[in-house]
Amino acid sequence: MYVYDDYDQQIVNDRVAQFRDQTQRFLAGKISDDEFLPLRLQNGLYIQRHAPMLRIAIPYGMLASRQLRKLADVSRKFDKGYGHFSTRQNMQLHWPKLEQVPDILAELATVQMHSIQTSGNCIRNTTTDQFAGVARDELEDPRPYCELIRQWSTFHPEFAYLPRKFKIAVNANPTADRAATLVHDIGIHIVQNESGENGFKVFVGGGLGRTPVIASLVREFLPKKHLLTYLEAILRVYNRLGRRDNKHKARIKILVRAMTPEKFTELVEQEWLQLKDGPNTVTAEEFERLKTFFTEPEYQSLPQQDEHFLALQTENNFFANWVKRNVTPHKKPGYAAVTLSLKKTGIAPGDATHEQMDAMADLADNYSFGELRVSHEQNIVLADVKQSDLHSLWRDAKQHGFATPTLGLLNDMICCPGGDFCSLANAKSIPIAQQIQERFQDLDYLYDIGDLDLNISGCMNACGHHHVGNIGILGVDKKGAEFYQVSLGGASGVDASLGKILGPSFSEKEVANVIEKIIDVYIDKRTEEERFIDTYRRIGIDPFKQQVYANV
Amino acid sequence: MSNKKIIRNGQIESDTWLVIKADSEGRSILPDDGDIIVPLSLWQEQAQTLKQRAGKLGIWLNSDESPESIATDLENFQIIAINFPVFMDGRGYSYARLLRERFGYKGEIRAIGDVMQDQLFYMRRCGIDSFTIKEGKDIEEAISGLYPINQSYQAAADQPQPLFRRR
Repeated sequence: MYVYDDYDQQIVNDRVAQFRDQTQRFLAGKISDDEFLPLRLQNGLYIQRHAPMLRIAIPYGMLASRQLRKLADVSRKFDKGYGHFSTRQNMQLHWPKLEQVPDILAELATVQMHSIQTSGNCIRNTTTDQFAGVARDELEDPRPYCELIRQWSTFHPEFAYLPRKFKIAVNANPTADRAATLVHDIGIHIVQNESGENGFKVFVGGGLGRTPVIASLVREFLPKKHLLTYLEAILRVYNRLGRRDNKHKARIKILVRAMTPEKFTELVEQEWLQLKDGPNTVTAEEFERLKTFFTEPEYQSLPQQDEHFLALQTENNFFANWVKRNVTPHKKPGYAAVTLSLKKTGIAPGDATHEQMDAMADLADNYSFGELRVSHEQNIVLADVKQSDLHSLWRDAKQHGFATPTLGLLNDMICCPGGDFCSLANAKSIPIAQQIQERFQDLDYLYDIGDLDLNISGCMNACGHHHVGNIGILGVDKKGAEFYQVSLGGASGVDASLGKILGPSFSEKEVANVIEKIIDVYIDKRTEEERFIDTYRRIGIDPFKQQVYANV
Repeated sequence: MSNKKIIRNGQIESDTWLVIKADSEGRSILPDDGDIIVPLSLWQEQAQTLKQRAGKLGIWLNSDESPESIATDLENFQIIAINFPVFMDGRGYSYARLLRERFGYKGEIRAIGDVMQDQLFYMRRCGIDSFTIKEGKDIEEAISGLYPINQSYQAAADQPQPLFRRR
């Protein structure tokens, strides 16, 4: 993974000193609440319902074991001993003290971490596929490009006061889009042109929130060296023309839609012609330098299939189930990528205690070259595990509660912190997740239901990505009471689509019943090969509607 | 004549420029002499009169007035001020870079309006070299906002080469 040199380290160290100074001036009354707001947000610090919340950047989800140990340590020393892994592959502390935040940042800087631009109206953490570099179908490793974007966007002087937040995601896999790039402000796909050269296909104006939109294509093929000048052109058009009069209409998706994607593309191309081939044109040396940080670890030369591993699966059904759901094929013979689940029933999705963080760091050291990744589904990935180690890793993972064998199933839901923590939320989301997990505890039943994304957001801001859940649940406020609106048919992958609202919302206690009725319709109507989303796409929303509202 | 303190080229200096604002009916009253910074609308209406007037001339752009509108007039201005009506409005950063990097303006560019310590770093990098600090803020403290971070990744108006061409 990327390792800081003196330049990178100085930038992060300077930031710690700058934020310490800003915090002191705020506490001394020299900066007002309103003036401090963008300063603290651009450092990931929110003032929340109970306490401040600090969002720590994990660039494109990559973590070294020593960094995860530091996160464990910080959550132990400065918080209540746990952290929350978010859908943007970051980690949040929900109970730090404002005056201690500079000390937390100083600790993070010792392991090349920070919280720069994890919030605010600026360019946020760039995200990518959690299986980057090890996925079989990948065209090439997207992480060097993510790092290039990270550096370019860090303290970009022109784009620190954008109309609204700005999120970029990169995908290099033509068969799967695990980074949900089409619901980002900019989605970048690494593609190959007819002459066999890799470059970028650029999408702009996707997003969730109040106005969910699938991104529009603005450029079919961009040669690699032009990546930064092209991004700069898009951001400049947005910075100049994006709406600033209404924060709900300020995202780039609104601009693109209002002026039409064609007109927006024309403005970007005009601006880009002026920037093209300028100093921000990326040099071949820089691409090579960045690639050296993402070379393959020292893999052993192994057979494609480990015989003993196969035998253990026939002997032990529980192990086999876990392998089926939580182990992903690897490009190297004899290796696999393992997802450690943070979705144990009764625990808020994405939450990990400091003991669990230390344990995951140990697992990474013992089994996966000391590296981990955070997935946007709020789990942790060990990307380079030998098949022959999987059984012993499984036993270790079970001990710490990471082996819930439900990856990609209904119980592996995405869920925001919701009304228990977040001051924006209309409704609680974690108890809803628990209610559903408790209802669908039977593993055989879960396996029979099969692949299904269920996403829960506590409000319209859609941090739980409810619009792109096959089943989406949205917390709404109905005359002061918490209600839940259900939508069906969303998807975030290569075939991204937005969910359709089923009908009137439900009270908290009805949610699991409603989900069960929806699943009944699927089980009844599916053909043998169909996933939930396939059946939905074939039969439409009406059969579900009829079943759910039959006796209302 | 006003004699305010501003930050210019990294130092606190006295300043004699007078920023002319239009009244509620859109009229601007000009002093007979002295150095003035006029609104774009006044320049568009009275360019000839303003050129012949005694005293130096500058222009100011509001955040919804694009630098393209003065791109061919730049030699007439000894200063261009960019107004930040509220600090959250970041259009002026793009305007400053365009004036410097695209239109080649070499004179003074000044940030006026809701301008405070923590914006100065970004403004300086975009090519703004003088700053009128908002009323009620200590200019002596504000000046330390010019260089909080001592390395930058990107090429911008202050640094023509991105770090990857220098490291």
